[in-house]
Amino acid sequence: MAITVSRPKLNFRERLYLPAILSGMAITMRHFKNMLFGRTKVTMQYPEEKWDSHMPEHYRGAPALVRDDTGRVRCVACQLCEFICPPRAIKIIPGEFPAGDKFAKVEKFPHEFDIDMIRCIYCGLCEEVCPEQAIYLRKDYAITGFTRADMVHNKEKLLEIGGVMHGVVLKWNEKK
Amino acid sequence: MDYAFIFSSLIKIAALLAVVLGIMNYAVYAERRISALIQDRLGPNRVGPAGLFQPIADAAKFLLKEDFTPAHVNTFYYWLAPCLAMIPAITTLAVVPFGSSLFGVPMVIADINVGVLFVFAIASLGVYGIVIAGWSSNSKYPFLGGVRSSSQMISYELSLGLAVIPVFLLVGQLRLTEVVRYQIENGWLIAPFVGDWGNLQKWLLAIPMMISFVVFTIAIFAETNRLPFDLPEAETELVGGYHTEYGSMKFGLFFLGEYVAMITGSAIIVTLFLGGWHFPGVPDGSHGWGWGLLNIFIFFSKIAGLLFVFIWVRWTLPRFRYDQLMRLGWVFFFEIALVNIFIAAIIIAYLPSK
Amino acid sequence: MNPFLFWFFAFLMLVFGAAVIINRNPIASALSLVICFMGLSALFMSLDAFFIGIIQVLVYAGAVMVLFLFIIMLLDLRAENLRKINYVAVAGGAAVAVVFFIQICFVVGQLNAAKQPFPALTSAKTDDVHNIGLLLFTNYNLPFQIIGVLVLVATIGVVVLSKRELK
Repeated sequence: MAITVSRPKLNFRERLYLPAILSGMAITMRHFKNMLFGRTKVTMQYPEEKWDSHMPEHYRGAPALVRDDTGRVRCVACQLCEFICPPRAIKIIPGEFPAGDKFAKVEKFPHEFDIDMIRCIYCGLCEEVCPEQAIYLRKDYAITGFTRADMVHNKEKLLEIGGVMHGVVLKWNEKK
Repeated sequence: MDYAFIFSSLIKIAALLAVVLGIMNYAVYAERRISALIQDRLGPNRVGPAGLFQPIADAAKFLLKEDFTPAHVNTFYYWLAPCLAMIPAITTLAVVPFGSSLFGVPMVIADINVGVLFVFAIASLGVYGIVIAGWSSNSKYPFLGGVRSSSQMISYELSLGLAVIPVFLLVGQLRLTEVVRYQIENGWLIAPFVGDWGNLQKWLLAIPMMISFVVFTIAIFAETNRLPFDLPEAETELVGGYHTEYGSMKFGLFFLGEYVAMITGSAIIVTLFLGGWHFPGVPDGSHGWGWGLLNIFIFFSKIAGLLFVFIWVRWTLPRFRYDQLMRLGWVFFFEIALVNIFIAAIIIAYLPSK
Repeated sequence: MNPFLFWFFAFLMLVFGAAVIINRNPIASALSLVICFMGLSALFMSLDAFFIGIIQVLVYAGAVMVLFLFIIMLLDLRAENLRKINYVAVAGGAAVAVVFFIQICFVVGQLNAAKQPFPALTSAKTDDVHNIGLLLFTNYNLPFQIIGVLVLVATIGVVVLSKRELK
């Protein structure tokens, strides 16, 4: 059913429109003046001023691989993150530790670990799904590059962003 | 032919064009900065000190973009339209006195006796650029923009023409230099603070002149397709209106043509109502070239002030609906201008001018 | 005035006048007519008749032709472009034009005034706008008022007709 919207009845002063127009112009002029003399401060000069210190704890930036205190890359190349990743940004080629290696009991490590940052949607599912606490979303947000290839983070880059994570569970150390 | 005349004219044309094109570029910059400040932003401030080189960057961008012609357009008219939009806007400046005199040369390119009619005639040709752009783009939104523009411009030309009649009833000439001369002797038409203070007619006439000024200014807003009358290009309803299909410098010509039209419109308003290049207490160019330059500077400062008003209004008022626009033009301004002529004529005829 | 300019504008007018009829595209015809009006206005101005020249541009090029263009644009042009040229009609039209031209030459040749050398133009001492106003409001005041009433009647007629259409 059609709805009839009743229009407000305007008195003579309102129908002239001029007072309303002039008051509107006064408002914009006030904003202009305040901004011109630096009395309002809303925007931020981005590359010089940054919002980083105000970033919330749960901010989801670039995903990254972490090492633990023993210096091992925590990823065991189980490929769960590759499987869960909605835009399929992650590509893992697993490798096997040689027999005599100090981490040989872990068996696998990521030979290559690429995250295509053009595809990544910063959803954090990889962090959530990881059984090894190996991948974390860090606070880096300015991911730039001149080519598509630049935008793919390889293992070294991911470890560089990730750094060392302290206080995570070290279950492989107990395993015999 | 008089070679000195041709030579001085050419220099005047070149200088005026350079100044106006410079103002045009910085009008775009001013628009962006002022709109930003009004909206509590900062605007372009990166290129050069305070972003002052932004116009150069903009121009480089326009020139370097791919000059793309869509396949479905009528190519000849598609290329013709941007030129037709730009030329009338610049040509109008030929009759506007932009200064007193410099080294004895009057600072007006062509002082013809039908000055203001020339302005209207050439300005009315400006609609061709927009209409042809809309038609030749062979696409629906530009076409709607072109149709809107032609009816809007014709409607507001009436108010424009009628609004200035009181000025010429008073001055008795259509020549723009005469209008300025009258205002030097009797004060600006809307604020006659110079000359004979006891002149009752002058003070009474300031009322119809004020009405003329308001109607004329609003009609200029409509003629230059500025908000709140920018229906031909209304982004929210017509994508880009008549220039939807245009890119790179061809779009640039439309865009800058709008600013040149604003500058010429302001120049006409300044000349007719705000005393032209005259400012109380500043002698004209016959007292030395410094004063002549100062007069030119005063003229362009007044234009800059009006451009600020143009920008200020644009970022304050919302767009009119199309039927409101037409009603405003035909029912209000047309009648107000007619009654205004009547009032001005009565005052001029029955009140002593001395 | 420089004779070169006269020939230039006269030639411009003839070329674009011909283009008005030759062009198959109505928009092109209308624009050619606009250029024709501009040439005419330039010729008027060369005779120091600034007012008439400017009014030519203001009224015809600026208002009437815009409305023409407006209407043409709203028509469907494709049917117009596909239509075949009717050669009989073209030949007939050309014949009428030639006969008309010969007739004009003949009549002009008979006129006494045409045989005398054209008197040198003197530049007017007063404003042509002033002169036109003076003539309109003194010698031709009555016809001027009558035309005004006529135009008013036409305007009212248009309003009445378009209002009736709405119902």
